[in-house]
Amino acid sequence: MGSWPVGLPDSTEEARSRGWCRWTKAAAESGRTDDAGLVEALRQGDEAAYRALVDRYTATLLRLASMYVSNPEVAADVVQETWIGVLQGIDRFEERSSLKTWICRILINKAKTAAQREGRTISFADLGDDEPAPAVDPERFHDQGPNRGQWSMPPQEWDRPEERLLSKETRAVVERAIAGLPTNQRITITMRDIEDLSPAHTRSVLGISEGNQRVLLHRARTHVRAALEAYLSDVTETP
Amino acid sequence: MTWKDRWGRIARGRHDPVARTEPVSAELTCQELVELVTDYLEGALSADDQHRFEAHLDGCGGCRAYLEQIRGTILAVGGVARADLDPAMRERLVASFRDWRSRRDV
Repeated sequence: MGSWPVGLPDSTEEARSRGWCRWTKAAAESGRTDDAGLVEALRQGDEAAYRALVDRYTATLLRLASMYVSNPEVAADVVQETWIGVLQGIDRFEERSSLKTWICRILINKAKTAAQREGRTISFADLGDDEPAPAVDPERFHDQGPNRGQWSMPPQEWDRPEERLLSKETRAVVERAIAGLPTNQRITITMRDIEDLSPAHTRSVLGISEGNQRVLLHRARTHVRAALEAYLSDVTETP
Repeated sequence: MTWKDRWGRIARGRHDPVARTEPVSAELTCQELVELVTDYLEGALSADDQHRFEAHLDGCGGCRAYLEQIRGTILAVGGVARADLDPAMRERLVASFRDWRSRRDV
């Protein structure tokens, strides 16, 4: 549930005139700091609700926008346009999809338009399937005999995984590996594993099939795993 | 969400019950298994294939280590920090909100 309440109005006077206190009290009493409660408050023009939503989702939106457009200022503009789109559409938002899905969809439409202006297009339909890269280097399996297809160089368990995987150094390795991915894989792993969006949400926002979403996720994760394995075994061998 | 919550979800793994259609062969090799890991974690294998997958894991330390590495990878990717929202940007966004509300109130 994160960071609510946030963004206190500048003065008590303003707070009163904006209805902030009343809403806060009502929200606190009913516990409606969830998306549905915030949507309801936003429809009534409640600034605190808007600020709470902005704090909850803007980082996600910026991250996604920057996948489509290369210029950070353009990405920030796309996010701004998205929030304006949210405000303009909030009365029509029907809650058939989750708020997050709905906002991300608005963002991606705007980001695609901005990407076209930059002369970039990203295709999710094309998986580049001519030569699908294997998850693991084929050299690490026996290529003949009765053990064909079995590990010849099996992976080792990582020592103290939580501590090492969440260290600052490892994070840099992960960020480099993700940055090196083709765009459609990068967006998919970002939505799924950084932003923690559901598979249904991801495929719906990107407009791709369940199967394609899994293929992209699979390739992205296996690429990052290989980078981590190279890094962590280096560390192990040179203590 | 803490990493422990995430870890719990990664370890459970199955929140996407859409079966893949192509059956995999009776005995999985390690090389085949590594290509099915995402489908396994997404809960997208048929019951038969899931059984074969798990039967292979039971007898194969290399593949168990591989699956743990993939789970570790998901955890590590989830640890990539979210950028904090720039206060100037927040104020810009709030300004467009006030603009929207004043027009709406007219």
